[in-house]
Order: sequence, then structure tokens, then C-alpha cells
Amino acid sequence: MKNHPSQKDHLTNREYKYGFYTDIEMDTIPRGLNESIVSLISEKKNEPGWMTDWRLKSFRYWQKLKEPHWANFHYDPIDYQNLIYYTAPKRKKDQPMGCADQVDLEIMETFDKLGIPLSDQSRLSGIAVDAVFDSVSVKTTHQEELARVGIIFCSMSEAVRNHPELIKKYLGSIVPYRDNFYAALNSAVFSDGSFCYIPKGVKSPLELSTYFRINAAETGQFERTLIVADDDSYVSYLEGCTAPMRDENQLHAAVVELVTHDRAQIKYSTVQNWYAGDQDGKGGIYNFVTKRGKCLGQGSKISWTQVEVGSAITWKYPSCILQGDNSIGEFYSVALTNHKMKADTGTKMIHVGKNTRSRIISKGISTDQSSNSYRGLVKVLPSADNARNFSQCDSMLVGNECSANTFPYIETENTTATTEHEATTSRINAEQLFYLRSRGLDIEAAIALIIDGFCKEVFNELPMEFAVEAVRLLETRLENSVG
Amino acid sequence: MIEIKDLHAEVNGNQILRGLNLTIGAGEVHAIMGPNGSGKSTLTKIIGGHPDYHVTRGEILYDINLKKRNIIDMDPEERAREGIFIAFQYPVEIPGVNASEFLRASFNEICHHQGAEEMDPLDFDDFLREKMKVLEMDDKYIHRSLNVDFSGGEKKRNEVLQMIILNPRFSVLDETDSGLDVDSMRVVANGVNRLRSKHNAMLVITHYQRLLNYIVPDFVHILEGGRIIKSGEKDLALAVEDKGYDWLKK
Repeated sequence: MKNHPSQKDHLTNREYKYGFYTDIEMDTIPRGLNESIVSLISEKKNEPGWMTDWRLKSFRYWQKLKEPHWANFHYDPIDYQNLIYYTAPKRKKDQPMGCADQVDLEIMETFDKLGIPLSDQSRLSGIAVDAVFDSVSVKTTHQEELARVGIIFCSMSEAVRNHPELIKKYLGSIVPYRDNFYAALNSAVFSDGSFCYIPKGVKSPLELSTYFRINAAETGQFERTLIVADDDSYVSYLEGCTAPMRDENQLHAAVVELVTHDRAQIKYSTVQNWYAGDQDGKGGIYNFVTKRGKCLGQGSKISWTQVEVGSAITWKYPSCILQGDNSIGEFYSVALTNHKMKADTGTKMIHVGKNTRSRIISKGISTDQSSNSYRGLVKVLPSADNARNFSQCDSMLVGNECSANTFPYIETENTTATTEHEATTSRINAEQLFYLRSRGLDIEAAIALIIDGFCKEVFNELPMEFAVEAVRLLETRLENSVG
Repeated sequence: MIEIKDLHAEVNGNQILRGLNLTIGAGEVHAIMGPNGSGKSTLTKIIGGHPDYHVTRGEILYDINLKKRNIIDMDPEERAREGIFIAFQYPVEIPGVNASEFLRASFNEICHHQGAEEMDPLDFDDFLREKMKVLEMDDKYIHRSLNVDFSGGEKKRNEVLQMIILNPRFSVLDETDSGLDVDSMRVVANGVNRLRSKHNAMLVITHYQRLLNYIVPDFVHILEGGRIIKSGEKDLALAVEDKGYDWLKK
């Protein structure tokens, strides 16, 4: 037999296809962070005084905090004074900032290229999109259609202006600005994001989504998403993200808050595909995100599904506070790391109400010299009679230089609770590949089949089109990693 | 059909095959027996094209489109698409990969290569169920993950099912009898025998002649020290069962 090249050489690395940059005129504020910058952001957005005050309170609190470094990876401290906190595409003179009706052609083209057409003629059917470009929401589709059934779906900027009562009630109610370093930072400087309110008894006729695009260099993206599902309502929400390829790291620090009232359900799905840096670990997004949902009402349900394939650093723990009796929290995750990516991700399930249930399915795939950790907390409070949790954390290693870790924490303060934890570590091995190849499948198809199988429980939770996209992304990322 | 000439092969620097010669014609069934470490499994891996096993000398000529072609440089998937099939001794488990979906992907890949029409999921399902009946397999098989939590016997049955579905021209059955009880062996052998025709050939590798009562070979070869030291007919297998291998070694 010929001297086989390693399987690695068979496969050519496809480029990160979202790595392009859109050259447009930008409205940028000075570098650095202080009270006047915070006020300036608020002013840019025509915000009412109460919002500015909240930002300033957050900023003052953030100043007292230290950047956390307990995650299972190292990164150099970020110079927060060297970042730009607000960059927006420049509007034509006759349009005030924040007016999202007329999106510039270049931005439309950018989203077209990303597969997210925004024009009324070509917009995606069945999915309403809020498109966020750097620091601002540039367009929200299907708003009228949703308004007919009473659903509010708009940018956070619009929500602050048009629905202050809801924002005052819910913003920061799940993730207070005092929660952690990045949540405090976000609360001070968040520039936009999506707001969504589903009224009582309404099942959203469309999937709602936000697409986050970082374009400008040296700008951090700090957005907030808030979804409130009133009694007996249902919404499925999707989130996607990409950024240009750059040698410098960029910061993304988002906050997502979800609230479900009695018997309401929110299904939140993410495909995170931020630029992850090159194979030497140069560049890429630092992704520090706080996502938390509260099942406030009885019998309500929050389900997080995430496919994390991007970012140089991922620090993210979508969590559920199961306050209402009989409420359910779910977390389904696939995290893939390659090159020198570092991921520390997982979830927290806090059982407060009686008969609350939670389910955690985490699949980590690590290749090259990457590091991939699952970190999870299941906490059962004394009030949570008969709480139940099931956790399964599986890791797959591809190659010998990567690492996978599992840090499951279980704290039970109620003897009627049951928690189960299972964990496995496996490898894509040469024998599996040989077996599949000896049935006529080429290496790419064989790897795709193995990975798809490994992640199946999670992919099954994704909306169809997202699942297809997720499988394709994993295949692309893995192509040159199996040796 | 296949002609193995002066085959030398190594794995991890250990020379295992040392000048193996074997010619198998269309319509023939050959059996290879031999003690542990004689090179039986290495021969299987070499025929399948396992990347860790290397031919250091010799060739394997296989009929492709009426021409003899040395296949030692072909990838495993190319060999499979040209009708070579290995029924593995230790089929690997692949969690989450549905056994029937995998088999359909494999079937269509081979059809595609050979210019035959691919089968849609519904037709394939009928086709699969019909073949499963031959092997007396449980309907639940269709929904299971490939080889995961299969008993030893189920794994072997699954290998033979794949063989029947893919209808190869040349098959290697590597210790297909190990892990099978007598009833299962009869069922599996029946499945294999239905595939025998003047157009295809088989190489049955086994420790025990028991299997050869069910899959009756035309020729029996004894492998020892990486080469064939004795060839004969069915009665050679019986002699080995009776007397062991030592009397054959010089």
C-alpha cells in the first residue's frame, strides 16, 4: 500500500466564509470608557433619563469589579480603555439615528451575503429577523404581521422609547447589573439588541430571530436581548452571529434575559459562529456572555439549545431559574473547538419551585490544540420538593493535542430531589473511520456521520434549517482536524 | 477474480505477511485457517485497505472492468465501491449513527459509483426488511445505533446483512463464526450461501472448521508465519480440527 498521507492532508481547510468586511462610513465615538462615554451612548440613542441613570449606576458598579479569570483557560487582561464602545453605520442626513426604516444598500447587501435577506421582497418566510450591525439594530422584519397578534418584536432602542413600562419592569430583572463583571459592563454600554413580548395565550406564528454582525474593527459589541412570554404563550427564538476575520481580538459581551409566566414556553436556539482566530490562535472574538432565563410561572418552560463553533474564547452559561412549581429547564449544547480556541461553557439549573425538572445534554468536540470545558451547576434549594435533574456530558476528542474537561457541580438542599449525572469521553478513532470507509463512504462523509451521530440529541432540538446549518458548520470546521 | 502475489505486509514495523500467494476465481469460496498470530487478520486489513497496514512487497490484482488492477494503492472506499466487502471480526460501535440510514448511505454510494440508480428511503426500507427476514433479525434493528449495544451475535448478523444488501463481488468474512451459537451460525451461513453465485467469490477466515460445515468451501488453505503452507479441499479443515497445526509445520 502506498505510504498514506495522514488523513489531515486529504482535507483542505475551507475558509471562514463570513470573514469579509463591509466598507461603509461609520459613526464612531472616541476610544475608551468613562461616565461621559456612557452618557454619550445613551444620548446617541435618544434615551430617557431613567435609562441613562441605570447605565451610570451599572458603570460605577463595574468600576469596582475585577475581570474574572476562573475559567479553564488563560487570556491576557483586556484593555477596556483601548476599545470603542459604539460604532454605527452613518445615516443619510435626513434620517435621525436609530430610525430603522431605510437601511443602506451596503448593509442590505452584507446581510444578503450572510444569507439573511432583509428586504420586504426577499425576506425569509416564517422567520422574523432583527438585524444588528455593530452597535445598532438596522432592521426588524415582519413587525406588522406580528403586531396583528399582539407580539412586540423590535430593537432594544425602540423598546426603551416605545415600551418603557415593560423595559423598566423586566430589564435587569433576571440578570441584574450586579450579577458579574461582564453583565455590569454590558448594562453600562449596551448599544442595542432585541426585545420581544408575547402576550397571554399567543403562540408566535413565526420564529423570531436576531442576527448579530460585528463589522467595525476595534469595536466591542454589547447587546441585550429580552424576551418576555406571558401566560400560556409560546415562542421559538433563534440567534446567529458572525464577524470579519481580523488579527486583533474583539470583545463581545452580551446579556440575554428570558422570562416565562404561567405555562409559557420559550425555546431559544443559538448558532454561534463568530470568527475564531487563525490556526495559530491569532485574532478572533472574545465571547463573554450572560444568558439566563427565569421560569417565573408555574408549569412554564425554558429550553436553551446552542451550537458553539466560533470565538477565540467562549465563556457562556445559559441558565434557568426554575421558580414556578412544575417548571422545566433544558440545556442542549454542542461546542466545537479547533485550532487554539478555548471554550468554557455549560449551564446552571437553579431549582426553586416544587416538582421542577431540568435536563442537561452537553456535547463537546475538541480538535487541534483547543481546550473545551463543560462547567455546570445543578442547585436544588430547600423549597424545591421532588426536583429532578438529569445531566449528560459527553466529550469527543479528535487528535492528541486537545483537551476536554467536565466540571459538574451539584448542590442539593432538599432530600426529596433526585439528580443524575453521566459523562463520557470518546475519540473519533481510525477504526471507526476505516469501518465506514470500507463501506464506500469517503473520509468527509464518514466524519460527518460520526459527528452527526454524536450530536444527534442536540441537533434534534434545533429548528430544521438551523440543524442543517449546524451540521454543515461542524463538517467545515472538522475537515482538516481529523488525523 | 483476485490474485494475491508474493504479498509482504507490516503493521507498526512488524512484518506479518511474508510472501503470501492466493488466487481466487469467480464462483469460488476459499477458506483460510491458521493459528493465532499467523496473519489472518492482517490479510483482512490489507485487502480492505486499512491505512495502518502497509504492503512492503507483492501485489493484489483484482478484476475491475475486465482488467486486472493492482489495488494496493486504492483507498478503502474505492475498493468498497468496486465490490470488495469485509465482514469484520470486531465491528466498531458508532453511537448516534442509525444502522439503517448508514447502510442506505453506503448502498447509494456504491450504486452511484457503479452507475446504478440510487434508492429512495421508502424503497430501501422495503428492501432492507426483506433481507432482514432472511437473517431472522428483529425489526427494532432499523432504529438502533450502528453496532451500539449489539450482542456479539447481532454484530455478526449485521455484518452479513450489510454484505447481502451491498451484494459485493468479493467478500472476506473474518471470523464471522466467533460469537455465534449454532442456531445463529446456521441462519448467518444460510444468508451467506444465498449470495454465492458464479459471479462472485468469497474468502472465509476462521479458527474452526465448524463454520465450514455450513459454508462449504471449494478450497482450504493453512496460513502460518505469514504465508500459506498447505492448500487442499474441505477434508484439510477436518484434519486440522483433528490434529491441530503442528503436523503441518516443517
